[in-house]
Amino acid sequence: MSDIAVRAEHIYKKFRKGEIYNSLRDLIPTLTGRLFREQELSRGDDREFWALQDLCFEVKRGEAFGIIGQNGAGKSTALKILSRIMRPSKGQMFVNGRLSALIEVTAGFHPDLTGRENIFLHGTILGMTRREIQSKLDQIIAFSGIEEFIDTPVKRYSTGMFARLGFSVAAHVDPEVLIVDEVLSVGDYLFQGKCVERMKEVIRNGATVLFVSHNLKNISEFCDRCLLLEKGRTVTIGPAHEVVSAYLQRSRKSPNEERASGPVSISSARVHSEGEFGRLKSGDTVWLEVEVTARTPCTKLTVAPWMTNEANEIVFETTTERLGCGNFSLEAGEVYSCTFEMRLNVTSGIYHLSVLIYRHDTQTVYDEWTAVATIYVSSEDDVRGTAHCFPKVIHQEIRPSCSASCVVTTGDAASQATELPATRVCL
Amino acid sequence: MKEELKELYQYRELLYMFTYRDIKVRYKQSIMGLLWAVLMPALIVSAGVIVRYGYAFASGKRLDVGDVASVAVKSLPWAFLVSSIRFSCNSLVTNQNLVTKVYFPKEVFPIGAVMASLFDMVVASGAVTVYLLVTQTGWSVQLAWIPLLLAILVAQTLGFGMILSAASLFFRDVKYIVEVLLTFGIFFTPVLYDVRMLGNKGNWLLLNPVAPILEGFSACIVRHQPPDLLWLAYSAAFGLTSLLGGFVFFKHLEPAFAESI
Repeated sequence: MSDIAVRAEHIYKKFRKGEIYNSLRDLIPTLTGRLFREQELSRGDDREFWALQDLCFEVKRGEAFGIIGQNGAGKSTALKILSRIMRPSKGQMFVNGRLSALIEVTAGFHPDLTGRENIFLHGTILGMTRREIQSKLDQIIAFSGIEEFIDTPVKRYSTGMFARLGFSVAAHVDPEVLIVDEVLSVGDYLFQGKCVERMKEVIRNGATVLFVSHNLKNISEFCDRCLLLEKGRTVTIGPAHEVVSAYLQRSRKSPNEERASGPVSISSARVHSEGEFGRLKSGDTVWLEVEVTARTPCTKLTVAPWMTNEANEIVFETTTERLGCGNFSLEAGEVYSCTFEMRLNVTSGIYHLSVLIYRHDTQTVYDEWTAVATIYVSSEDDVRGTAHCFPKVIHQEIRPSCSASCVVTTGDAASQATELPATRVCL
Repeated sequence: MKEELKELYQYRELLYMFTYRDIKVRYKQSIMGLLWAVLMPALIVSAGVIVRYGYAFASGKRLDVGDVASVAVKSLPWAFLVSSIRFSCNSLVTNQNLVTKVYFPKEVFPIGAVMASLFDMVVASGAVTVYLLVTQTGWSVQLAWIPLLLAILVAQTLGFGMILSAASLFFRDVKYIVEVLLTFGIFFTPVLYDVRMLGNKGNWLLLNPVAPILEGFSACIVRHQPPDLLWLAYSAAFGLTSLLGGFVFFKHLEPAFAESI
């Protein structure tokens, strides 16, 4: 048995734009029209487009492989070909082992059947046997968290319940090759956490996973290797964090053309780090170099860098003025440059660094570069939220309910535990 | 072909679940529930009684119990044929979500639709059995033909079900053509009448591949005679060809389903 689980060999997929003939009534006039008008035929060619071109990759057994790219890059087409729903126009796809696809987790549900019946229906659609489902039934129901409504027709479910039940069934298929397309974004925050845990478990159990998502954080967290698609073509394949940063660099917005013609403009902005740029960790330092060129004389200028997270919320923001450098004035043609040093005390996630220049007394923004760099910060500690406070548990104990003093301690804090004031810390 | 059949066998549980779903869903939230399975053939029988009465009146004979029994026996397979063709023809289009999203052998849709209709026929045949017992039609060894007749009927239906479901996925016109054919098909099929009522010319009607089966049912259940073997062989050959041809046709088009629906 080879250790290759999935192999794509020069896959091409062609689609036709526009309407395909869905009724004879449309087809007949077109066909007769073609007999008389030759140009109809030549027009047919530019109605074709390639959704995938020369897609080649190999995924090893037990590997987690990500596919990223913007909307319309061909990710879903690739998965559909992989899961044999579509046939490639050219090329071949090999899959070794039982394959299961989490493409649309509620596709198999019938609204009139109860939750329990739908578990069986959807489970068999995903390739489980009824006996297998029966043995996992309690697990599936418990995972979905809708025990109470399991014998209610699913048409009475809320959207969230519907999706949760769908994912629960799908998550309990034990495939050798699992294809996941954007399904982890199901349900509320808590349920999403559960899904992520379940996915990790599947990966730990040795399944090969192909993962398509817009959530780059999930991709960097799960995947060993990654493939970046752009307009159906492979841009790069490599270690996940490298491909993710390559993707982020490519999708960087271009400088604002309109403002660049104003009195002052940002002529360059660069971010660099100590080590490899793609491998930033919480607590690392980055430098932001900004260069400003004046076209006409300007006064009271201030440069303001800021950082936003994936949800576009401002995480951090400051200005040269607030940092104590005062404001500056430029004559026509003069260039001002400055470098900000910043520590990334943030939790793992994706952050955009941006910069703008403005006149601080009138609050006039002259130029603005959003997402000068988009960085992925990883963290070894499982901390959530935005700020990373580098927490440590330095003491914990459980105090017995009776008066008998008996102190439970863990780790190297044991010796100090008895001396420190007794506070109950979570275990 | 062998590979494809093996795969279909692997997905037999899914076929069972689709059949179960179709049966269950059809009678959910309906007051009459399973009685609907009997109602449709019952309507055909009453139409048949009117036709038979008219024929008896014109020829100056009495309407006998056997005539009604014959219509009852033939109405079941006809109702089965109509409902399974109608259901399977739409089965792919109505399950668009599954066709484009999940991989499995798609012929489980038309096959499941036929199986669900077969279940209806079994339910309705209970009512017909009661009628036959009450009218003391009796029984004979000829009843042993029933499984064969049924198998040929199912083979024909499955074959056409697969062809029509795939065809209607590409051209929605197929659905309308099928509706028209099913509505008027009853005039070209000996359901309400017997072939022998038309004399020698009646044999032309047996070219309709369903006709020998219906006549066969009537012969072996009501008249206790073996079916006309020559015509039955014709029907069987037709059934086998349509089943194989339908499967090959379906499988040939299947890879294009997801992008053409």
